[in-house]
Amino acid sequence: MSISSADVDKIAKLAKLDLSEDEREKFSSQLSDIVSYMEKLNRLDTKDVEPLAHVNDLMNVSREDKSRPSMEKEDVFKNSPQNDNEFFLVPKVLKT
Amino acid sequence: MGMPGVLPVLNEQTVEYGVKAGIAMNCKIASYSRFARKNYFYPDSPKGYQISQFEEPLCENGYITIGSDSGSKKIGITRIHLEEDAGKSMHEPNRPESKVDLNRAGVPLLEIVSEPDLRSPEESYEYLVKLKQILRYLDISDCNMEEGSLRCDANISIRELGEEKFGTKTELKNMNSFRGVEKALHAEIKRQKETLESGGKIVQATNLWDENSGEIRQMRAKEGSDDYRYFPEPDIVPFTVDEAYVKIIKENLPELPEKRNARFVSEYELKNEHALVLTASRGVAEYFEELATLTGDPKNSANWVMGNINRVLNEKEKPIGEFAIPPVRLAELIKSVSDGGISISAAKSVFDEMLTDESSVESIIEKLGLKQVSDSSEIDKIVQGVIDSNPEEAERYKSGEGKLKGWFVGQIMKASHGKANPQIANESLDRLLNIDS
Repeated sequence: MSISSADVDKIAKLAKLDLSEDEREKFSSQLSDIVSYMEKLNRLDTKDVEPLAHVNDLMNVSREDKSRPSMEKEDVFKNSPQNDNEFFLVPKVLKT
Repeated sequence: MGMPGVLPVLNEQTVEYGVKAGIAMNCKIASYSRFARKNYFYPDSPKGYQISQFEEPLCENGYITIGSDSGSKKIGITRIHLEEDAGKSMHEPNRPESKVDLNRAGVPLLEIVSEPDLRSPEESYEYLVKLKQILRYLDISDCNMEEGSLRCDANISIRELGEEKFGTKTELKNMNSFRGVEKALHAEIKRQKETLESGGKIVQATNLWDENSGEIRQMRAKEGSDDYRYFPEPDIVPFTVDEAYVKIIKENLPELPEKRNARFVSEYELKNEHALVLTASRGVAEYFEELATLTGDPKNSANWVMGNINRVLNEKEKPIGEFAIPPVRLAELIKSVSDGGISISAAKSVFDEMLTDESSVESIIEKLGLKQVSDSSEIDKIVQGVIDSNPEEAERYKSGEGKLKGWFVGQIMKASHGKANPQIANESLDRLLNIDS
């Protein structure tokens, strides 16, 4: 299976990536290789194999509903590029 | 939130809430359930995905009933699943940036998805009221839309009369009250109609409701369906809900509104419309039951709850949980009326005083000077006074104008400041005027 340039565009858009024409071509062939390689798996007969939802054999790992002290506001904001001491500020995401 | 070194763990309480809601809404509870990653980029979710459920949600295929016995309708519940909440983003006009509040990011959330069974904004409103009633009975959420403890996205499409296929739907967000949902749906229906009638096409989109202007604003067009690229969540392992667990929860479920309503009608012989008012919230229903048990007089208790108590709760916009008079004190007051200690109108004054005064009913009656006068010689004096100052009416009443009796009793009550025992006043009037009653 080959990944077309349009497929790469869609993936780039979903991942919020800007790609140059060169990159698009490069990734198109690279992604095609990856998908082709993965297609080898289709040769396996999985008729009697249960679908796997999780690689761990664990089930039912949970915790009690208990609140614990959290981080102080000053610490929360320490690494933020921009804030107003109440909220994180981000480039406008909605035209109003 | 995706803090470095932090991994999510399933909160047990949310599973219990989910199962409770699922049972109450007649769903099939999945014995095996797992989480999925829903991938999208938006500042309200810094880690770039939301942990949700996709395949194998906790509950599926249920329904709730809206409307009354005469016109009830089942609204299908597609699924109830567990997920994490995202942050909250705010977009103020005339500001170059959006604000993001991540306090609720990662907090557990129940998402309830209904079938496309709702046919009008009014039905949608009714559905929300019912949903809230059930969730509050179950103590899962206080369902306050203004505070965000219940949120609602509404999908809406229109179609020509007789057409079987649904039209293209749009999604509405940003409503902050049930009435807001109703209004937004009306506005969107109008917008879709106008678009189609002027030859336009409905574009699948997410639109924002603006409560202040009453307008719909387009937020983002959806090109085809959203591509969230769900995949099994690797950080949370699958979980099982066994039959024994479901059984325990089922057995401990509180009596739900519909059942309670039916029981109030049969057990307390209340009218259905009254039972509906009394079972609207679990708190009110429980208050009423306690009061009815204490007084042994369900009808009278119902009247107090539906009348004076509801009046106060509406005026103060408070839930019954914050009502100042506990059932045991109100029962005392009701007893004072049935014992002839005070009149009904005096009881209302005592009731109002009890809202702020916690002393005993007896002492409040004393304080307000509302103790009913049942001493016949004292009442005779008041009645004689009324007769003396209205000789003409007394004459007419004596000569058979029976309807004047009510007027006289009114005058007597006035003269006694509402304290005269009406029955004794009645007897006194007729006795003093030599009328056989």
